[in-house]
Amino acid sequence: MTRLVQSSPQTDAYLADCDRLVTARSATEPSWLRNLRRKGIEHFADAGFPTTRDEEWKFTSIAPIADRHFAPAHDGQSGLTTDRVESWAGALGGYRLVLVNGAYAPQFSVGGLPAGVHVSSLRSILATNPAAVEPYLGRFAPPDRQAFTALNTGFLQDGAFVWIPPGTIIDQPISLLFVSASPETASVSHPRVLIVAGDRSQVRIVEGYVGPPGQEYFTNAVTEVVVGSGAVVDHYKLQRESQRACHIGSMYVHGTRDSTFSSHSIAFGGALVRNDIIAVLDGEGGDYTLNGLYLVDGRRLIDNHTTIDHAKPHCGSHEMYKGILSGHARAVFNGKIIVRPDAQKTDAKQTNKALLLSDDAQINTKPQLEIFANDVKCTHGAAVGQLDEDAIFYLRARGLDLQQARDMLIHAFAGDVLNRIRIEPLRKSLEEHLLSELPAAGGPANQQ
Amino acid sequence: MTMLEIHNLHVRVGGKPILQGIDLCVNAGEVHAIMGPNGSGKSTLARALSGHPDYQVTEGEVSYEGRDLLAMDPEERARDGVFMAFQYPVEIPGVNNAYFLKAALNAIRTHRGQEELDAIEFMALMREKSTLLEIDPSMLTRSVNEGFSGGEKKRNEIFQMAVLEPKLAILDETDSGLDIDALKLVANGVNAMRSPERAIIVVTHYQRLLDYIVPDVVHVLSGGRIVKSGDRALALELEDKGYGWLEPEAAAAAPAAKA
Repeated sequence: MTRLVQSSPQTDAYLADCDRLVTARSATEPSWLRNLRRKGIEHFADAGFPTTRDEEWKFTSIAPIADRHFAPAHDGQSGLTTDRVESWAGALGGYRLVLVNGAYAPQFSVGGLPAGVHVSSLRSILATNPAAVEPYLGRFAPPDRQAFTALNTGFLQDGAFVWIPPGTIIDQPISLLFVSASPETASVSHPRVLIVAGDRSQVRIVEGYVGPPGQEYFTNAVTEVVVGSGAVVDHYKLQRESQRACHIGSMYVHGTRDSTFSSHSIAFGGALVRNDIIAVLDGEGGDYTLNGLYLVDGRRLIDNHTTIDHAKPHCGSHEMYKGILSGHARAVFNGKIIVRPDAQKTDAKQTNKALLLSDDAQINTKPQLEIFANDVKCTHGAAVGQLDEDAIFYLRARGLDLQQARDMLIHAFAGDVLNRIRIEPLRKSLEEHLLSELPAAGGPANQQ
Repeated sequence: MTMLEIHNLHVRVGGKPILQGIDLCVNAGEVHAIMGPNGSGKSTLARALSGHPDYQVTEGEVSYEGRDLLAMDPEERARDGVFMAFQYPVEIPGVNNAYFLKAALNAIRTHRGQEELDAIEFMALMREKSTLLEIDPSMLTRSVNEGFSGGEKKRNEIFQMAVLEPKLAILDETDSGLDIDALKLVANGVNAMRSPERAIIVVTHYQRLLDYIVPDVVHVLSGGRIVKSGDRALALELEDKGYGWLEPEAAAAAPAAKA
């Protein structure tokens, strides 16, 4: 690491940390990975952290991240118990890979995989068979696209690699659980996930992000998903970080002909959260679904930015994001749909709804349609509202108390997203979690 | 036995006085019809009795089974056996009709010290009650009132009443917008509920419903007061003459504050 274009106190410490990483790793790393890493850190050095002057970050100040230094997280397991990890992971069945502070933790990982399917830590595949990941890593999540993706690429060390061979159908979900646990210092981890679903394969993947309540840390995750032709990938992201954590997650999806991809992004935790999904439909007949549900209270902020890029004709995309805000919470939704000149017969639908349970909660929502083809169907709708007082009275007039009535309506609001979750135990546990997290009827959230 | 006793009830809606001194006594086993022209306060009376927060009681007392009804929250009233069939049943997207009704029934049963019904017992009860009102089973799995026709909504209200088995049922213009077949179904459902322990108040604009649900007492509301009470013959007289002939009487009765 020699060429530093710019220097600022905010980025210098990261550059120094990265230098140390490169020195430690360079002897064992393949040269393509060194180059990728260099591109990442150089772009980060160039661009620095985004500010609210950047259109993409207009409503989300990342000062809580930029104004302090998060040290690289240690590999240590920080006194985590199996019980703790089990309770976070939930009884979903199937295979589970656990990473703690960005590093593979075999003692918490369980389950057997069907023949031919490969799930491992990224570190181990880079050590044993780097050629398996070289064609994909950093290809759809370009290291120079966005500062946090660049930073993740600069620190790329470990994470998860999932490889589903062509024609393989897996019934049981594959869980990837990322635990942050560093009670002593505010630290950062940069987990990296690469999912390659071969042609005509079918898989369900659950990415979970958790941390002990009250701990301050920063997770900067990047996921790349490659959906083969005719493949079906059902992806779940459960973000249940500590309510004082910062979480930046960027997912890049690339699908070829007749690929089916669905994303279910559930965000319950974090003080400052930003989720980016960039999904490219790069083959005819593709069908993408992006669903999201977030629950945000206190003075927390959750920002969802999605981009669906229709690059080829005859593709469909369906997007439904719903948010439940209380207290002084803030949320941002930006849904971009690009329809390229070639992408005739595109059918894109976007819906975004927010439920404000308090007067002080606030959402900035923006659909962004960029349509360059002339024979397409694109619709979008946004709705922001409060609980329907008439419905509350109706339920109370039938014997339900105020709390039950509110819970029932909020649950119904979230149902559009939760009901689409096809892993039954996951859906149930999320419904329970949702109800347990809802503000009490008599509490401050009730001031309407 | 007196079930409901209303004395000098005054109710405002949005600051505007609507009910201006209602006196009414309903005994267990009776069916009372409340009639009157548009704007006379019929629905206001029904909603005030159910505890709607927009209906502000400024004066008067309501005693239900000897208790102060006005001091009770809407859910307390429901749990203690007061049921209002809404004039405009609310659509609640995403809340399954059967799920909602099971939660309501079990809230009421728990309050009465009865065991909650499990899913199998509940479904058996649903089948029994839905046959009576010719409720299509698919209505139970749909969201509450969402996409229901006007007639389906009203039938659903009476179906809920049949399941929840209230002691005091208030039907707020349940007949409006119903065709004759739906009207007969609804009336059958209500008549099946008539019993010596139960009282029913039927709020209606039209005499027609009373051909099928024969009331014991008919009251005419005008200008926020009950201006005339009588037996079923009064309803027939209204059918003939309309409400106009009562208006001067209302004006004349006004200073006395009692009908």
